[in-house]
Amino acid sequence: MATTLEKIKEGLDRSQPWMPNLFRVERIRKETYDTFTFDLETSDGAGCAFQPGQFNMLYIYGVGEVPISISGDPKNSRTLVHTIRAVGTVTKNMRQLKRGDLVGVRGPFGRPWPVEDAKGHDVIIVAGGIGLAPLRPVIYHLLAHREQYGKIILHYGARTPDDILFRQELETWRARFDFDVQVTVDRSTGSWQGNVGVVTLLIPKATFDPLQTIAMVCGPEIMMRFTVLELLKRDLTEENIFLSGERNMKCGIGHCGHCQFGHLFVCNDGPVFRYSDTADLFKKREI
Amino acid sequence: MNNSAKNDYPPGLIRADDLEHLLKALGAGGFRIQAPVIRDQSIVIDEIKSAGELPAGWTDEQNRGHYRIKRRSDNAYFGYVVGPYSWKKFLFPPSTAILEAKRTGNGFQVSAAAETVSPTAFFGIRPCDLRALQILDRVLIGSEYRDPIYQKRREQILIVAVNCTEPGGNCFCTSMESGPGAAEGYDIVLTEMIDAGQHNFLAQAGTERGNLILQQVPSEKATSDALKSAAEAVQMAARKISKKIDTADIKEMLYANAEHPRWEDVAKQCLSCANCTLVCPTCFCANIDDYTDLTGETATRVRRWDSCFTLDHSYIHGGSIRSSVRARYRQWLTHKLAAWHDQFGSSGCVGCGRCITWCPSGIDITEEVAAIRSGTVKAKAI
Repeated sequence: MATTLEKIKEGLDRSQPWMPNLFRVERIRKETYDTFTFDLETSDGAGCAFQPGQFNMLYIYGVGEVPISISGDPKNSRTLVHTIRAVGTVTKNMRQLKRGDLVGVRGPFGRPWPVEDAKGHDVIIVAGGIGLAPLRPVIYHLLAHREQYGKIILHYGARTPDDILFRQELETWRARFDFDVQVTVDRSTGSWQGNVGVVTLLIPKATFDPLQTIAMVCGPEIMMRFTVLELLKRDLTEENIFLSGERNMKCGIGHCGHCQFGHLFVCNDGPVFRYSDTADLFKKREI
Repeated sequence: MNNSAKNDYPPGLIRADDLEHLLKALGAGGFRIQAPVIRDQSIVIDEIKSAGELPAGWTDEQNRGHYRIKRRSDNAYFGYVVGPYSWKKFLFPPSTAILEAKRTGNGFQVSAAAETVSPTAFFGIRPCDLRALQILDRVLIGSEYRDPIYQKRREQILIVAVNCTEPGGNCFCTSMESGPGAAEGYDIVLTEMIDAGQHNFLAQAGTERGNLILQQVPSEKATSDALKSAAEAVQMAARKISKKIDTADIKEMLYANAEHPRWEDVAKQCLSCANCTLVCPTCFCANIDDYTDLTGETATRVRRWDSCFTLDHSYIHGGSIRSSVRARYRQWLTHKLAAWHDQFGSSGCVGCGRCITWCPSGIDITEEVAAIRSGTVKAKAI
């Protein structure tokens, strides 16, 4: 596992892990009614290198700090892009930030998606809801190195058409001949002409070579559980399925104890896990 | 923090009346002294200046959910075991500022929270609690990220350990191999001996700085008889310990029993009050809260002890992962005795028995482990 899910060693000072680096909001845009994306940059333009799947602890002055995965292009280390659903005190305050406001950043933390392991393989990405955000850096990476991969498939499920993230980008990707993009909604509204139903319904229809396919899955825990079942039905091996876990996180450095998932700390040992290493845990309730 | 024990320092015998000189030598060495004292009917840890403040002549009676201090028939300085406080409160304080932010023109600046830490002697720390410090070292400064608050404080600590010669009713250090004698990690270790009107301490330095302190204390060369009786006192203590946890394959055993019906049983008795985690010398879960002053010009991030027994501990948007008491008790016990091995290379339990003593409903971790291991499901009276 160490060879495929290595963390990069830069960013935070390891002996001062509580000290954030300060970034400025360069751009903030609305994605959906409850979701927004902001671009963060340092004043010296140095930015911060990261790998697809990693997250940062984002602090706003006097309000608090939350773990948010990076949703931008790993090639552009100058700009940190985060896509955030405004559901709590900190994230609702973040939505009010304006260009030029400061955000404290600690990170990047966590083990990334196995984009190296996936070379020469077909890749199926299955995302549910905001789970598309931590997978977008993978998509950027795969498309930037398109020749190194076989088929690339994205299955994305949102609750309603209004919940679809990165809609324009999805439409652009969908127009490509070398990227199979399928979007579905749980409930159709208005003029929606696309798929209706849970995201797992798309998997039986996909074409890929099951023995040469890497799956990367991120979404609500229940969605990931059923996605794994569908992928196993399609003869993917447990070793080739990767999931991103979610737990309460207060520190990002394995010190606060909140993100434990069995013997694992989601912040340090995850958030990306190989399913074969964690299958027992994913099957237990309230673990 | 180089506390690795070297036993090539000659052991000395200090008369109990001369213990004061040891405290004076520590004071002269610039150390503040934290030691056991009596407060509010229990033996806690606080700053002392002289040996007269130690709970000489007192002992503690400990049982499931039961703690009382009582007079002893002798004047032993250390005739009790561990109280509700553990030494982690000095190194990993219950509440500490970890970051300060100040508002500037159109932004803010951050700085590490300023604090002065003075050299401190942990006087009278027991072997189990000393092991707990070594465990916390691995958790907070032993991996990739190092907690600067813990590190700074840890570097200022001098350890005067006291071997246990009289275990308490809830002690099981022998199971966790953390006592009753201290094996390593001390600057000085004392063994108290009261016999036939003689009241002495066998004193052994573990480090050069410990040796330099001891050289300032009147002592005589320890005879082989004295060495023998000190060793016997510790062995006797080990034999008096009645509680035990069978640690053979305990990690695999607990992982395999995540759905054991016993968790349901203990959840009926557990109040989810978090007492066990607060008295535990190794529990390290912490939350971070944000405060601003009234003017809004400064904001402070404060780290505060948390507990896996609270619903908030596992809260993510939509609800708590461990919403049942069953899952929370299972998390605590399985983490402490099993997952800790995977995470930090040792058990998280030192067998101090605090969680048994301070549980208001008298849950006994040793009994829970035994029940899960034996597979028997016993209905318990609450």
